[in-house]
Amino acid sequence: MISRAQKYLFFAMLLVCVGMAAFLIRLRNRAQDRLQAQGRSAPADIADTARSAPKPVTLYVPNDLDDSLTAVEKSIPLPEDRNAQARVILETLIEAYRTPDSRHPINVASGIADVYFLPVPSGKDATGGNGQMAVIDFSGALTQAQPSGIEPETLTLLSMMATLHANLPAVTQVHFLVDGQPRETLAGHADLTRTYLASESPQVQSGTPAGAAQ
Amino acid sequence: MRWIETAFALGIAAAAGILQQSPLAPQLPQAPAVPSVPAPLMQSAQPPRFLVVVDAAHGGNDTGARMGDGVLEKDLTLGIAGRLRSTLHARGIDVVVTRTGDVNLPPLNRAEAANHAQGAACLVIHATATGSGVHLFTSSLAATGNTRFLPWQTAQSAYVTQSLKLESEIDSALAHAEIPVSLGRASVQPMDSVACPEVAVEMAPLVAGHVTGGKPVTDPSYQKQVVDAVAAALEQWRSDWRQE
Repeated sequence: MISRAQKYLFFAMLLVCVGMAAFLIRLRNRAQDRLQAQGRSAPADIADTARSAPKPVTLYVPNDLDDSLTAVEKSIPLPEDRNAQARVILETLIEAYRTPDSRHPINVASGIADVYFLPVPSGKDATGGNGQMAVIDFSGALTQAQPSGIEPETLTLLSMMATLHANLPAVTQVHFLVDGQPRETLAGHADLTRTYLASESPQVQSGTPAGAAQ
Repeated sequence: MRWIETAFALGIAAAAGILQQSPLAPQLPQAPAVPSVPAPLMQSAQPPRFLVVVDAAHGGNDTGARMGDGVLEKDLTLGIAGRLRSTLHARGIDVVVTRTGDVNLPPLNRAEAANHAQGAACLVIHATATGSGVHLFTSSLAATGNTRFLPWQTAQSAYVTQSLKLESEIDSALAHAEIPVSLGRASVQPMDSVACPEVAVEMAPLVAGHVTGGKPVTDPSYQKQVVDAVAAALEQWRSDWRQE
């Protein structure tokens, strides 16, 4: 026999559950709207780049022949928005992949669909600071143009992480997506399911170490 | 009150359990116990076998890279793995290969096969159309101490130090054969889940240089050179392993 008090308690809890579900759905919709608004504003930010003054950036350009990253200084106009800045810097790095004398040739016009930042939860940041996680969303075209192999794929990831960390030091972790979706590998080898530490980049041992190539 | 009866029954059952474990419990007839032998003694009764696990990467629908002359990485790795197995057998080293044909083999199954074999060395064979010489990779996991139970996703972390030693051994043998080598750390499945000293050996074309002439990755003489050097390194690894 269920007492009347238990019945009231049950219905009260049910009401709370329904209320919480509605609240969560509302929060989710608002977050989705915010992300879509950011996505719409990104092209405009990048379009503003041409009007801004050039700023020095450091690109870590890979070399497949000796498995090294070489630091290259360049001045490019950067937008004010941080997400757009990261995107412009990485697209400039991809331009270096495309040059005729590139030692890491990837022939793709645009390889970055989006870059956005998330706070690293406290206790999970291996560097001990209040770092940020950069989520780099590759375009499908980049993964198709990327030469398959452990070395070329790893060098692409390492050069992007090192370049991002050098120009935006708050970035301590990097995660990769392809066309907005999680993917197992970049082109059959390098693991994209895990989150990388941005400080992993100097692990290339031969050639010019990324950390020393200033 | 049914819940009170249930709690009472649970209490009696728990008390009975405690009593069975206590010295006051009656001595019940038991099955003959298996003699507990410390793990090192059990190992010394039968000397461990030096076994090498060779994993030919890709296979089936997973073709891997496409070389310049249209050869697929999955076929190339299978051929190199077969050649390495024969060379190691000729040197008296036992080998387990993860695949002998063109089959789909998920990373999970490869790691399971390697861990089940309990190899003294595990090699993953890859090939690529870019770069020069041989690329050696070990897991990018940070080294940790060996524990009784290893998490599946990071089992390799307990073997990273040994993997780096094995990599150094192969590096020396390849350098002795005048093959350019590059060393690196990478995150490639299923390397992180393998509980064995493990190195990924990725063959790239030999770009013409001061010492070497240019050779494609499909060149049989180049493949033989690499396989012989890796086999020599594993022979050295076997003598180091026996001393340990």
